[in-house]
Amino acid sequence: MVKLPIYMDNHATTPLDPRVLEAMMPYLTNKFGNAASRNHQYGWEAEEAVEEARKQIAALIGADPREIVITSGATESDNLAVKGVAYMYREKGDHIITAVTEHKAILDTCKHLEKDGFRVTFLPVNNKGLVDLDDLKNAITDKTVLVSIMTANNEVGVIQDVKEIGRIARERGVLFHTDAVQAAGKVPFDVNAMNIDIASLSAHKMYGPKGVGALYVRRRNPRVLLTPIIDGGGHERGMRSGTLNVPGIVGFGKAAELARTDFAKESAEMFRLREKLRTTFERELDEIYINGDLEKRLPGNLNMSFAYVEGESLLMGINDIAVSSGSACTSASLEPSYVLKALGVGEDLAHTSIRFGVGRFNTEEEVDYVAQRVIETVRRLRELSPLYEMAKEGIDLKSVQWAAES
Amino acid sequence: MAYSDKVIDHYNNPRNVGALPKEDPNVGTGLVGAPECGDVMKLQIKVNQETEVIEEAKFKTFGCGSAIASSSLATEWVKGKTVAEALAIKNTDIVKELSLPPVKIHCSVLAEDAIKAAVTDWKKKHEK
Repeated sequence: MVKLPIYMDNHATTPLDPRVLEAMMPYLTNKFGNAASRNHQYGWEAEEAVEEARKQIAALIGADPREIVITSGATESDNLAVKGVAYMYREKGDHIITAVTEHKAILDTCKHLEKDGFRVTFLPVNNKGLVDLDDLKNAITDKTVLVSIMTANNEVGVIQDVKEIGRIARERGVLFHTDAVQAAGKVPFDVNAMNIDIASLSAHKMYGPKGVGALYVRRRNPRVLLTPIIDGGGHERGMRSGTLNVPGIVGFGKAAELARTDFAKESAEMFRLREKLRTTFERELDEIYINGDLEKRLPGNLNMSFAYVEGESLLMGINDIAVSSGSACTSASLEPSYVLKALGVGEDLAHTSIRFGVGRFNTEEEVDYVAQRVIETVRRLRELSPLYEMAKEGIDLKSVQWAAES
Repeated sequence: MAYSDKVIDHYNNPRNVGALPKEDPNVGTGLVGAPECGDVMKLQIKVNQETEVIEEAKFKTFGCGSAIASSSLATEWVKGKTVAEALAIKNTDIVKELSLPPVKIHCSVLAEDAIKAAVTDWKKKHEK
């Protein structure tokens, strides 16, 4: 029997790898020094541990350790990247380009900058979730200072052509930032091969601890300068002040190292399990739709709409399984997913979407269990669904005059 | 989000799921909500022409657990009531019975609307 509940929401967060915890333990106990203490043993050993972790994080993305700025997480990294470039290069230009499917940490930061007088272009995506490179080329002006496009989307797992986006930006002398939170450690990611100038990373999406992230900031060709958003003691080469979270950073380093060494085997296995889940659904259920491009996608991501079954009611029926839904009823805003909307997924189908995130610790047994539970529940709820009944009677749901609630 | 025990019970064991013949003159059908809003309820009643007592009620709902529970409860409540009594059921009664949180009040409103729509449909069949 599988152990319940099953965690399959690995885009939201990932469990801490026991090997990571083991690496962190000394720094949560005896080795408690402040890495900025320059005059005693405690400080030295903390600093040494941080520098080792910095190397491990850099190695994962093909960077130099001196290009890694530690932050409190990806939201801070995204803020520092976008605001840092905007304020540093304000003399040069006031225009930023991003895309509508970015994480809120980018979108809301850009909206903040708009209020501060910057101009932002939010590029659309096609129905596969991909940015059109010609749209990008056309959007760049001589006032553009930054292009920020995520590598892999957190909802639909779609992977942008980052290398080409980076090439276009560099050709035009524009800095390129990518939110690589979901991609790093899951798909090949190299800042030099992919023409990336700035990249956001998060530890807890790669089996590390929460509360620690990093920003890759290119040192040469071109050298990127950022205006800090947190002022203080001048830590992290002045780009991010604040006492370093030594145990968190050590954990991040270990997590990055594990992601790098196990990379090939692990992503192949996640892909195999994800495909098993997908093909089982497609064999057993009608009227299900994959949201986003199937090929250019994170190996562990499956975002699917189960037509005529509202997402929250589906989650309620599979309450021993942790997944998430694009349904409005499950979000704080009561709006269905803006990412699915941007892909042109109708609100009716957006309400029926479920995101499965297969991760390192999921087993085949779990995938089989999840598939069976979802299939049973979808069938049961479709028996309960007036829409399924109408569709089976041949009624075109789009032609119905719906009496919206009063 | 935590659901009340009653919502969970209705979700796991929905009462009166199914369909009544739409064309039957004694049957009234109410279809409310919209797929884009994430909630659609179909509630049907079968009325005794002599006594105006609702003898049967069926529902099908596309929506969250609270929407399913609200409509399931509505069918339970209208059964055995006269049409006039059924019309007196208020969404607030449903909220109270199911302990719905504020964000789910619209589910109870929809259930009340579904009862009214079913009665209206039944009445229409007997006009003229």
